[in-house]
Amino acid sequence: MNDRGLIFDIRRYAVHDGPGIRTTVFFKGCPLHCLWCHNPEGIAPDIQKIERQRKLNGNRYVHREEVGRWLTAGEVMEEILKDKLFYEESGGGVTFSGGEPLAQPTFLMNLLQQARQARLHTVVDTSGHAPPADFQTVLSMVHCLLFDLKTTDTDKHLEMTGAGNEQLLDNLRSIPASGPELYIRIPVISGVNANAHEMEAICDVLSSLDAPVKRVDLLPYHKLGRHKYESLGMHRPGGLFDAPGAQSMDAFAKIFRVAGFATKIGG
Amino acid sequence: MITDRVSRLRQESLDAVNRLSHERARLVTEFYRDLLPEEEPVPVQRAMCLTYILENKQLYIGDGELIVGERGPAPKATPTYPEISLHSLNDLDILHNRPKVSFEVSEETRNIYESEVIPFWQGRTNRDRIMTRMGRPWLDAYEAGIFTEFQEQRAPGHTVMGKRAWESGMLAMIKACDQGLKTRDAMDSSGRNQLRAMKIAGQAIIDFAMRHAIALQELAAKERDSVRKRELEQMAAICHRVPANPPQTLHEALQYYWFIHLGVITELNPWDSFNPGRLDQHLQPFFEKEVEGGLLDLEQARELLHCFWIKFNNHPAPPKMGVTAQESNTYTDFCLINVGGVTEKGQDAVNDMSYLILEVISEMRLLQPSSMVQVSKKNPDMLIYKALDIIKTGFGQPSLFNTDAIIQELLRQGKSIEDARNGGASGCVETGAFGTEAYVLTGYFNLPKILEVTLCNGYDPRTGRHIGLQTGDPLSFDSFDDLMDAYANQLRYFARIKMNGNDRIQAIYATGLPAPFLSLLIEDCLDRATDYNAGGARYNTSYIQGVGLGSITDSLTAIRYHVFDQKTTSMKGMLEALKSNFEGYDELRETLVFNTPKYGNDEEYADVQAERIFNIYFTAIDGKPCYHGGEYRINLLPTTCHIYFGSVTGALPDGRLVGKPLSEGISPVQGVDVKGPTAVLKSAARIDHVKTGGTLLNQKLTPSFFDDSESYAKLSALIRTYFRMDGHHIQFNVVSAKTLRDAQQHPERYRDLIVRVAGYSDYFNHLGEDLQEEIICRTEHGDVFVL
Repeated sequence: MNDRGLIFDIRRYAVHDGPGIRTTVFFKGCPLHCLWCHNPEGIAPDIQKIERQRKLNGNRYVHREEVGRWLTAGEVMEEILKDKLFYEESGGGVTFSGGEPLAQPTFLMNLLQQARQARLHTVVDTSGHAPPADFQTVLSMVHCLLFDLKTTDTDKHLEMTGAGNEQLLDNLRSIPASGPELYIRIPVISGVNANAHEMEAICDVLSSLDAPVKRVDLLPYHKLGRHKYESLGMHRPGGLFDAPGAQSMDAFAKIFRVAGFATKIGG
Repeated sequence: MITDRVSRLRQESLDAVNRLSHERARLVTEFYRDLLPEEEPVPVQRAMCLTYILENKQLYIGDGELIVGERGPAPKATPTYPEISLHSLNDLDILHNRPKVSFEVSEETRNIYESEVIPFWQGRTNRDRIMTRMGRPWLDAYEAGIFTEFQEQRAPGHTVMGKRAWESGMLAMIKACDQGLKTRDAMDSSGRNQLRAMKIAGQAIIDFAMRHAIALQELAAKERDSVRKRELEQMAAICHRVPANPPQTLHEALQYYWFIHLGVITELNPWDSFNPGRLDQHLQPFFEKEVEGGLLDLEQARELLHCFWIKFNNHPAPPKMGVTAQESNTYTDFCLINVGGVTEKGQDAVNDMSYLILEVISEMRLLQPSSMVQVSKKNPDMLIYKALDIIKTGFGQPSLFNTDAIIQELLRQGKSIEDARNGGASGCVETGAFGTEAYVLTGYFNLPKILEVTLCNGYDPRTGRHIGLQTGDPLSFDSFDDLMDAYANQLRYFARIKMNGNDRIQAIYATGLPAPFLSLLIEDCLDRATDYNAGGARYNTSYIQGVGLGSITDSLTAIRYHVFDQKTTSMKGMLEALKSNFEGYDELRETLVFNTPKYGNDEEYADVQAERIFNIYFTAIDGKPCYHGGEYRINLLPTTCHIYFGSVTGALPDGRLVGKPLSEGISPVQGVDVKGPTAVLKSAARIDHVKTGGTLLNQKLTPSFFDDSESYAKLSALIRTYFRMDGHHIQFNVVSAKTLRDAQQHPERYRDLIVRVAGYSDYFNHLGEDLQEEIICRTEHGDVFVL
């Protein structure tokens, strides 16, 4: 399956994943297991079977569906190129997200290469948790990076995501000033990082980077992905996490704005 | 800012009860019964009839009004046109009692109908003439619901006021009639009579304005309030000047148009009331001149426009009955205000008035007039953004049109480049050269029903009649192409019947119900001394409106996929399932609904059928000569006819049950487009819009897609891309919480419904019930307006 990648969704008119009108390709498989993940179907690196119900005329029809398809880069590109005119008109392009796109590095690079040849604007949405060599290669190929940052606290990161954050912070710091456009996305979760201390710590990291940060997006946690866990037969995250209030979101945004970062609440 | 006066007038218009007025019916009956000058030819009789109505009708001048004139004796008192079609007492009872689009009928009106109107007109109306002249094949197809007939209850209309009529004034037109009479040969009695009729009609509208001037002077004399007194005097002076003379100020221009509008919709009941056309371009010179001269400020201009808007809302579409009521089940009389686009010279036409009009649309929030924005590649994005500001509130207006496609459509039909650039869309989405074209819509055409009849080898199960060609027993079809050939033959047969019927109907109008007043307005009726209804316009086009492109495409695709390619079922199995309305075939139906390629997903397998159907329909009709000397053309729009056509159509191979609505316009079947808006637009762009005279595409969106300036830019790019692919029209329906509730109940109808969840979007159907609830609450919160 070397020339193929495992993809769990390709979504057109994706308007929250970078500039303009985009198609987002969701890679299946992620080295992190964030307890709050709202795309749990992106975690496991293999095809999962789920049951879906369809209602028609009051009857319920249960049918099995597979989450995840092994696709060639050519097949993915064919889907991406369908909306080329929309990208041109809006300054959009393609976004590779997941899961973790860097968990399938060869496939990702292959796609980035083909996208560039087709003159498409490219975005990679990543946790940054990837081998430095792969990360560097992707940096050199992509126009824009959405870098998801959860906490600067290594122990907490290990506890909440199953991995430490040393590698991803190193990768973040390694982005050169001449690198791709950089957006930082921070999920803000009560019970994890929704406090001034955490936000200030993240803000300090951002201030120390070589690369200019185009914008910081604060994404208030929502419980809205939870229904997916059940259909996947996965354990649903408990009542541990909560959505922060609008007031605290404003206060967190202020921390970043004072430090000179363009900041947006919601992505 | 809305002034107190406007807010009161607006409320009065909203509160006014739609009622049927017997005034016009009674005057027309008196004229034809007691006063008809039999020595005069029909056009002159018609002009004199208009004069008689306008001389004798009750005037209405509302307290505080700035623009005056009502078609009936009061706002929303709606006249009837018994010379065209006669309401029976039973029709009046239905109008009075029906739950939707009702008209109150008073005891007095009922009595006048019973004692005067019905006894005189019974058996003598234009509709009677039409129905007795239609042959059995036409009647069979009509009764089966293959097509409808626009002209059976309403006169040919679908035209818009253009530049010349805006600029010349009635006296100049009358003078031109005189000029024509001088030069025209004495033997050309038809031409001379037509010019005499036009002259009489022009004078009738001047005199009607004079009646208002006198009434306003009388009111002014009695008025105690000095400000209103001054206003009334000024309005009297305006009614003295216009429409006799060309307007000089914004106020005069609006009053000028309004008298002309009333003239057109009093003379006859043309389908689509009448339309001021490119209003921003017509009004801008007055606005500019007066503002510069310090004679008018922005707020005064706004107030005048508000008053003008309210006038339209006071005039519901004349009460319809039978099939006509079903195909266009609304009070709207389809006066579509055009804003934006390009000038005659091809430059960006957006001006101050364009933006002011958009503000007025948003401030008035009235059912009528309808509004649209013409978007050319030359227009700034700001025009789209201002339109989105209104669209996002769920008002359903303005709709968005592609100027560059409209121009190509008109050029293909042979219009000059200037006439094309002066054009636009009227009614729902219909392309026309404003001021120079009679583009008569003649009826809807039921594309899926023709498949039903084809699958029954020419037989219509509902009426139990053999109405079509025997195109072969479907069980004998060896390939999908055999079916397509049979369908194409059947379609051509019904198109021919429809066009033959149209020719006879249009001859009946040309000779029996000419429209001398309308003919004054539309070039070149006057120069040719030929009536609008007889081919006098520079361009003459007859349209047949296809309905159900999505349903027919998906039905054919389902047969191709499941019967011929995958062999999921046999033709026999399919026919039996259809015959039983899928009773006992639940699983097959589930497969047809969910496991079949569908139009609207940018999928070649399905979209190719849309293209084939379009080409069959196009070649069956386009370019065929029509009665007026012009050609037949097609367009694809439904108004509410997809519901009526659905009600007469049996179960379809796409899984649709008997009687359920068909898809509307060129939109996909309700809920089957699951790949988002870009995919819908690409599927819709598979058909060649430039070969039509209008297509209609609806796209559902939740308010969250209008969140911020970035979302606006993305929507704007979405629209521009569709237009770059030559898409003709798109309209965004911003869904309400009520719709989301319905989506919970009937998920299969809303498979396309995308909602923004939180930083990302998802299909509503895919969300858990708790999440759906949350989104509904949020949407309810965001709801701004319910009409």
